[in-house]
Amino acid sequence: MRIACPLCGARDRREFTYRGAALPVPALDAGAEAWSVHVHLRENPAGPLEELWQHELGCGAWLKVRRDTVTHAMLGVVLAEDAGLAARDGEGPA
Amino acid sequence: MGISGRFSGWRVLKEGLTGNKGWTPHWRDPEPKREYDVVIVGGGGHGLATAYYLAREHGLRNIAVLEKGYLGGGNVGRNTTIVRANYYLPGNSEFYSHSLRLWEGLEQDLNYNAMMSQRGILNVFHNDGQRDATIRRANAIINQGDDAEILYRDQLRQMVPFLNYDNNRFPIMGALLQRRAGTARHDAVAWGYARGADQFGVDLIQNCEVTGIDVAGGRVVGVQTARGPIKAKKVALAAAGRSGQVAALAGLTLPIESHVLQAFVTEGLKPVIDHVITFAEGHLYISQSDKGGLVFGSYLDFYSSYAARGNLAMQEHTMEAIAAMVPAVTKARLLRSWGGIMDMTPDGSPIIDHTPIAGLYLNAGWCYGGFKATPASGHCFAHLIATDRPHAAATGFKLDRFRTGRGLMDEEGTGAQHNLH
Amino acid sequence: MRISGKGLISGGRRVNFSFNGVSYMGQEGDTLASALLANGVHLVGRSFKYHRPRGILTAGSEEPNALVSVGKGAAQDPNIRATQQEVFEGLVARSQNCWPSVGHDVMALNDLAAPFLGAGFYYKTFMWPAPLWEKLYEPVIRRAAGLGALSGSANTEPYEKAFAFCDLLVIGSGPAGLMAALTAGRAGADVILAEDDSRMGGRLLAEMEEIDDKPAHVWVAEVLAELAGLDNVRLMTRTAVTGAFDQGTYSALERVSHHLPPSQSLKTAHRPRECFWRIAARATVLAAGAIERPVAFRNNDRPGIMTAGAVRAYLNRWGVAPGERITLFANNDDAHRTARDLVAAGVHIAAVIDSRHDAPDGRDFSVIKGAVVCNTSGRKRLETITLRNVSGEEKIQTDCLAMSGGWNPSVHLTCHMNARPVWNRDIAAFVPRAGAVPGMVVAGAANGSLSTHAALAEGAGAAVAALGQLGITAEAPALPRACDAPYRISPLWAVPGKGRAWLDFQNDVTVKDVAQAAQENFRSVEHMKRYTTQGMATDQGKNSNVAALAVLADATGRSIAETGVTTFRPPFVPTTIAAMGAGAAGQGFKPQRYLTSHRTSLKRGAANTEVGLWYRASYFAKEGETTWRQSCDREVMMVRNAVGVCDVSTLGKIDIKGPDAAKLLDLIYTNLFSTLKIGRVRYGLMLREDGFVMDDGTTARLGQDHYVMTTTTAAAGQVMAHLEYLSQVARPDLDVRFTSVTDQWAQFAVAGPKARALIDALVAEEINGETYPFMACGAITVGGVAGRLFRISFSGEHAYEIAVPARYGEALFDLLVTRAEAEGGGAYGMEALNVLRIEKGFITHAEINGTVTAFDLGMQGMISKKKSCWGKVLSERDGLMDEDRMRLVGLKPKGAAQELSAGAHLFEPDMTVERVNDLGYVTSVGFSPTLGHMIGLAMLSAGPDRLGDTVRLVDHTRGVDTLCEVVDPVFFDPEGGRVRG
Repeated sequence: MRIACPLCGARDRREFTYRGAALPVPALDAGAEAWSVHVHLRENPAGPLEELWQHELGCGAWLKVRRDTVTHAMLGVVLAEDAGLAARDGEGPA
Repeated sequence: MGISGRFSGWRVLKEGLTGNKGWTPHWRDPEPKREYDVVIVGGGGHGLATAYYLAREHGLRNIAVLEKGYLGGGNVGRNTTIVRANYYLPGNSEFYSHSLRLWEGLEQDLNYNAMMSQRGILNVFHNDGQRDATIRRANAIINQGDDAEILYRDQLRQMVPFLNYDNNRFPIMGALLQRRAGTARHDAVAWGYARGADQFGVDLIQNCEVTGIDVAGGRVVGVQTARGPIKAKKVALAAAGRSGQVAALAGLTLPIESHVLQAFVTEGLKPVIDHVITFAEGHLYISQSDKGGLVFGSYLDFYSSYAARGNLAMQEHTMEAIAAMVPAVTKARLLRSWGGIMDMTPDGSPIIDHTPIAGLYLNAGWCYGGFKATPASGHCFAHLIATDRPHAAATGFKLDRFRTGRGLMDEEGTGAQHNLH
Repeated sequence: MRISGKGLISGGRRVNFSFNGVSYMGQEGDTLASALLANGVHLVGRSFKYHRPRGILTAGSEEPNALVSVGKGAAQDPNIRATQQEVFEGLVARSQNCWPSVGHDVMALNDLAAPFLGAGFYYKTFMWPAPLWEKLYEPVIRRAAGLGALSGSANTEPYEKAFAFCDLLVIGSGPAGLMAALTAGRAGADVILAEDDSRMGGRLLAEMEEIDDKPAHVWVAEVLAELAGLDNVRLMTRTAVTGAFDQGTYSALERVSHHLPPSQSLKTAHRPRECFWRIAARATVLAAGAIERPVAFRNNDRPGIMTAGAVRAYLNRWGVAPGERITLFANNDDAHRTARDLVAAGVHIAAVIDSRHDAPDGRDFSVIKGAVVCNTSGRKRLETITLRNVSGEEKIQTDCLAMSGGWNPSVHLTCHMNARPVWNRDIAAFVPRAGAVPGMVVAGAANGSLSTHAALAEGAGAAVAALGQLGITAEAPALPRACDAPYRISPLWAVPGKGRAWLDFQNDVTVKDVAQAAQENFRSVEHMKRYTTQGMATDQGKNSNVAALAVLADATGRSIAETGVTTFRPPFVPTTIAAMGAGAAGQGFKPQRYLTSHRTSLKRGAANTEVGLWYRASYFAKEGETTWRQSCDREVMMVRNAVGVCDVSTLGKIDIKGPDAAKLLDLIYTNLFSTLKIGRVRYGLMLREDGFVMDDGTTARLGQDHYVMTTTTAAAGQVMAHLEYLSQVARPDLDVRFTSVTDQWAQFAVAGPKARALIDALVAEEINGETYPFMACGAITVGGVAGRLFRISFSGEHAYEIAVPARYGEALFDLLVTRAEAEGGGAYGMEALNVLRIEKGFITHAEINGTVTAFDLGMQGMISKKKSCWGKVLSERDGLMDEDRMRLVGLKPKGAAQELSAGAHLFEPDMTVERVNDLGYVTSVGFSPTLGHMIGLAMLSAGPDRLGDTVRLVDHTRGVDTLCEVVDPVFFDPEGGRVRG
């Protein structure tokens, strides 16, 4: 498997670390239910999935990767910091 | 004895002398009925075992197992065949202990030789920290009533002299031995349960994908299938690997991600490894099948996938672990690799529980412990379905433990959140 | 028998080799198989189950019968295909899975018991009495099973791994592969041409054909000469592409020195035995050819029965006639070439039998049409075949049968990403599904195009198409003239009749077995495979799967397409663990990280232990100390009474800078860091998002926007990734950056009552309670080197950590230890460090084991109420606040044994020792020389409520069963006077 890091180009999978579904991050005060859902529950689709990878052994960038979980086709990669996953209040979860 | 008759050495001789013409199907291929008391979704090891114990222990007969593909085609047909009861957290301890006891009488019970081989498992540790954690585990196993011994380097070396004791990046310090653990012929477990369930009149229906779960007034009433609608008083989901998809048919979102775990087998070789051996460094586990192939695996591929095929990086890691730990077998040639889809829960432990929908039961989240759990999973799930109360050996596998934080079972200590196992 | 002047290796050097202890002569360029056939040796091995005598079936890596062991002693290599092993001077090979010899194998008795050993017989017996399985049945079965044997010694031969990159990977060097490589090479693309064989050319080496009016092998040589002259083309022989993976990643195994005498390979020429390649290809042309399939008929497994294409290969490439009276049995036109070539070479043809009534006539031989071979005789070498046609049966004397059931395209790699091949009725075979592997174009026989002309054309076209995907324009070369004879076939899978007709030769799966599986309702192709073991041998069904599923289709009344196929999975050819695991043997499994103090520590008697990837000193043995405990006790007392020096550089160090650094730290830590003053250090706790403790450590504020965080050794990487996650994903609005500087700084703890004096004398700045109070930090100069000083303590003593750039680490450590020794102190290691911290109740990852919360550790007070933090919400779940959760306490021995044991479990003194009464477990223990007894830390249910209680500690494995007292985890100096003083 190879992932096209927007900063480094296509690199082997072993340079990357996986986190899982790229979900919007709840605000810190979003409450137990919202956090429990965020941390535990997964749509877990068989098909395209937006997910987070870090180019840990490369530039360190967190990436939002759109990947098909059935075919492993890479459908798009963007820097996670541009992906708008931070809590919606704009101030983030602090 | 059902349509296949009783199996025995005499029968093998008798049929052999008459041209093997007398063998009959191990199970029927019935047409689905319009209604069942219990419909089990998933004809893998757990689903088949559940059907068997529902019939045998609880007297139910009007049961169907619906299988999308062929019986035993899921993870019971693609694993490294290890059976053990060496868990240490409450909830897991008593369950796997129960499972090992069921394994021990299984073949006579099913009249099917699943080649359960209590050859012993050795969990090798490498340093003081791992030793102490292993001793904690060993004590927990003994406190549960199962067997565990700690062997230190010299004792281990006598038992398995071919490991890398002398020039190892992570020197071998000792191992936890569980003598009653071992391996079983995975396919035969599925077939044995299938034949056993069929003999009780359970309908095993292959090529019958469930495409919908019918709920009315908060209660399950049946399923839609590729072969038409089927009414059911109770529906039990045992579709690990696809649990998320199946549960979604009932509108449920589960605390489960699907991941690939690879397994490997080499060409056949004369006996070289007599036990199951696992290593804390590298997460390697290896044994040798009766046919002679070395069977092994290590970590997950570490990304969500339904592809049922593995990644080269993890293949290489696994081989590197063997080169490091068992250098006497590295001339063996890898013959075949495959990937299974694991239901990964946040804490690495399974779910056997009710769902918020009345009459809908969930058996899921087996991570990579599903095979050894097969008998107890079926036994306890059947108990839950039949009595609506959890079996005493499976009270810990609650669906809501992640929400409440109560009774989390994180055996690896890597966290009760996804992607850490 | 070698035919003088015939073949492509004619005139090669003579080489001596031995097989089963007998010396033979072969020729350079021979495989072991061709050399044995040249010497008239047909009996090579025994089958897996029935131990039937077996010869050579094929001429390629798919060989199921002729598996041998090569080499002696530790170098013994089992399961080598004789069809692939090249002979070399001194080659030693022998048969396997037979005893006492391949000619007289005791286990051949199994063949007589065959009626009782049919498909799945073992599932139905060996169940009584149960204990006999492990004691009797299984050991007997295991010994009888298996093929070759490993030597039992560690494999010490060198293997390598490498990466390669290319625009176009061409797999296979037959007509299609060569044309693809030529097309791409001329277009300037980076090309890798990988060929499993020792010689490029594929079937063109085995056929009497002309291309552009030249012998095919001459055309091959010309193309190779051109390719060899192109810098952008890499030719790799003896290299099997073994797997197709995502995004154009391929694995390949190069057999670098299997063909060389051991003396010429490894140690002298520095060649590895094998090299495992990871090839990242932007596009691929699969031109892997096709594999000929046998026909199933009674006793079709005898030595001397081969595939027709293999007979041609031995004749045309190696100049060997595998018999003196050869018979051909086929269902397709292609096989007739075998008869043609044999006649041309002057070999006697006993008969040419074609199952088709409309088979074509031969020019130089007569064809018996509409006939089949229905039986054979000859135990160790074929003697007769029985011909059956409308007029009855007839025996024919023959010593070699060339059979062909048609050709199966080598679709295997196209299936590695789960695509299913498609049934093609015209050629009665499966062909690749279009688009099966992204970026891969299939050409030639692998694509079901079974003429040389088609292969040449498709090869060129495939390269043009594959490069087109990459935006590289290539032009197909002028198409050479070549044979375009149609491939006509009429399916014949199994000749009906009594007796056993083999499908899977190695695993001894017969037509009857497949039929019995269907009879027992193992009708799914996967069930049939698993029940009969069909296709599970070393050839993974390359020779037999299609015929087996055709037999299953017939038995179940379905079409072949409906019956479906099992899945081909990597690797395409069996690959040694050693090659795929190259580099990891011995010390190579993981990187080795050494401290700057490593060498000087060893000089000072350090016993090292591995900590993650690091090596650290456990203790420093002084003269006269014979046990680690003696050294440890001395080091602990040294720190308590004088001064000790310990290298703590393995702790993760993360440099944090930016205007929002403080905000980020407030997010990650449970406690406040924005309020930390410049020049001060604070201890912090961080949680995972599930609310459990992730890690702890200190963070120093060096400037308004500049912090240095330390992590535990174990969690350094995890914390770094977590920081990056928080800043890039959760809070991209924060302006803060991180750099791991773990390796850049050497850092040493200097602890003990004399630490201040030592440090003060060493650094340029004045160090005292005023300038450096507890938890102060700042820049210092030591020996002219800019460094950092932190007044922090993990021992409870007045202590510092002094950091300098790593290149000064060794010198500073030496200096510190020398000065400490002058004050009655010295270096201390991990063991003493551990005792010191247990005495103070400080936690490590023995306690922070991933399943504890701040509440469990008695640190809930560290979760700031003034702000929120990562993980706080879920840390407050009801279930995580139960009073009876296992929580941190100290333990003191109470019993006579005065012993504690890490990993022991805890119980009420009057309760039985069983799981249901389990109250907790011991995390860490040590002997405290300060207190004169053992001390321990434990996680105990409702622990803090049990202070003063007595609990029973049981470690079955160490034989410890004792009482102990539950105490506060801080054993020593609970007021903290020493650390502040």
